[in-house]
Amino acid sequence: MNQSVFAPWDDPTQKPLIRFKNVTKRFGDFTAIDDLSLDIFEQEFFALLGPSGCGKTTMMRMLAGFETPTSGVIELAEQDIAPIPPNKRAVNMMFQSYALFPHLSVYENIAFGLRRDNMPKADLDARVAEMLKLTRLEKFAGRKPHQISGGQRQRVALARSLAKAPKLLLLDEPLGALDAKLRQATQFELMDIQEKTGTTFVIVTHDQEEAMTVASRVAVMDEGRIMQVETPERIYEAPNSLYVADFIGEVNIIPCTLRQTGEDRFALDWLEGQAPFTAISNRSFSDGQAGHLALRPEKVSISAERPADAQNTVQGKILDIAYLGNLSTYHVEIPGGRIIKAQTANTRRISRRSYTWEDTVWLSWTPTAGVLLEQ
Amino acid sequence: MQRFILIAVPYAWLLALFLVPFVIVFKISLSDIALAIPPYTPTLKDGFAAFVAGLDFENFAFLASDDLYWKAYLSSLQIAILSTFMTLCVGYPIAYAMARAPEEWRPTLMMLVILPFWTSFLIRVYAWIGILSSEGFLNQFLLWTGIINDPLTILNTNAAVYIGIVYTYLPFMILPIYAALDRLDGSLIEAAEDLGCSRLQAFWLVTIPLSRNGIIAGCFLVFIPALGEFVIPSLLGGSETLMIGKVLWEEFFNNRDWPVASAVAVILLLILIVPIVLFQRNQQRQAEEET
Repeated sequence: MNQSVFAPWDDPTQKPLIRFKNVTKRFGDFTAIDDLSLDIFEQEFFALLGPSGCGKTTMMRMLAGFETPTSGVIELAEQDIAPIPPNKRAVNMMFQSYALFPHLSVYENIAFGLRRDNMPKADLDARVAEMLKLTRLEKFAGRKPHQISGGQRQRVALARSLAKAPKLLLLDEPLGALDAKLRQATQFELMDIQEKTGTTFVIVTHDQEEAMTVASRVAVMDEGRIMQVETPERIYEAPNSLYVADFIGEVNIIPCTLRQTGEDRFALDWLEGQAPFTAISNRSFSDGQAGHLALRPEKVSISAERPADAQNTVQGKILDIAYLGNLSTYHVEIPGGRIIKAQTANTRRISRRSYTWEDTVWLSWTPTAGVLLEQ
Repeated sequence: MQRFILIAVPYAWLLALFLVPFVIVFKISLSDIALAIPPYTPTLKDGFAAFVAGLDFENFAFLASDDLYWKAYLSSLQIAILSTFMTLCVGYPIAYAMARAPEEWRPTLMMLVILPFWTSFLIRVYAWIGILSSEGFLNQFLLWTGIINDPLTILNTNAAVYIGIVYTYLPFMILPIYAALDRLDGSLIEAAEDLGCSRLQAFWLVTIPLSRNGIIAGCFLVFIPALGEFVIPSLLGGSETLMIGKVLWEEFFNNRDWPVASAVAVILLLILIVPIVLFQRNQQRQAEEET
């Protein structure tokens, strides 16, 4: 394993670069941000993830200075930023629409912020050239924004917002306008550039895959509150709520009643007359408490015969098969009418698929595969 | 064939309503004044050879020799340029405020700008006489507030002409600028501020350049009709107001000198061709930029 894992959030001696302290933002009757506290550390690639209207863009706009919190304090490097206007903040933003100046060339767009600081001509030329090189736009310096492609515009917007070497770069759905292939390539490019420049990035996105790919930590938001802040792996493997489990990736939710059977073992009664499932969780639940088992489809195996050594098995009938190329998702109806999704990697050619519609199959998973959640 | 007919319609329209009248006016400008109906010679009744022989550039030579006409052209240019600039100064803030107004107000504001067109142009200019005359509303109001002790002389001066032109042509300035500002993406201003611009700098470096096409269109839409304006200077202007539209009217109706009046009109058209061509180029470039 890498010895120096980047995890300043686990180190209590680290001072956060950005600190939201009980921030609330209201627009009339509508509460966009509800008493929110959050720390973001230097050199982090932090993702704000949530459905539209969850308040993630409002948080970004408060950081940029276009909105002021109704109550609470936002600190940048331990300084309250509320009285600082947007043009005086060491924060730059890359807009969702890119907001490139259509009347200026690529070069002038990138130089725009530097000219406001009255940078000497030689330094300015060098800095713009550096930005053009970083974003591989040297050949397009003289073009106007409408003369280049969408991917190139995205890079101009990035170069322009990085040119002033901000302490913090905000990216509002930076890849939303790109097609799927280009988006993937650009995600890695973004990570590269973030690493090279050492700038703290805060990205707003509704695309969970994007957030998982690029971010060091992800904050899942809903209705103005942060549901969970964790690394992508932990968000996926150990969601703290049904909302997070459901929002990130695909998941089977099985409602059940919990009984403690061991130190960290629980028996889950999910349907009368059926053998209970077993799950391991280090959270505490009281006996008879209602809960949910959240189970990722790829952690459910599918077999024709009942697996002899599995602890959780259930028989069902295949209703649907979604063929995704690399993966297949089977929709299996288990007793009680519940549909469980099971995913398998298509390591064989499809003509030799083992199961088909209406087949009776066995589903199985280990006690650690699922996550036990309260509500 | 069908395509030919489609193209022929607008060309026939231009030929009948633009080129033919211009040729007639140009022909009259080359004729001589006569006490007859029509009041000029030669006409085609005289036979083709005599008709062609009777045409000359005498009237143009006369226009060049009499400095009244030169002064009228120059003074018209001056009044048109100055009033276009004043209309821009008044119209831009109005257009800007309209574009920044809440979405649901905009149709109403637009309506208010267009509303004056529902009343006759002549009546609206007449109404200004009631406002600007020495016993008019403006002087009465200023006397009542005590700002002035003697009524101001505004009517029948160039100032009244400027007021009239600015008032009349304001919508032509507002609408294209509003259209340009309305299309302006608000995030561009935020981006400019984010990159270190103050509000004023952002306005100067982003808003103004991006509404340039609207400004140019608005200026031409005001300048071109203002140059040949006749009603406003004759109703609101005084003896000092020298505008070519007024001169043209007097030549035509007071002196009944159709040939000289036509020559004045031809020269006016030549002066106007320059801004019209520039205007169309601007429109064309704008269309190219958008594609």
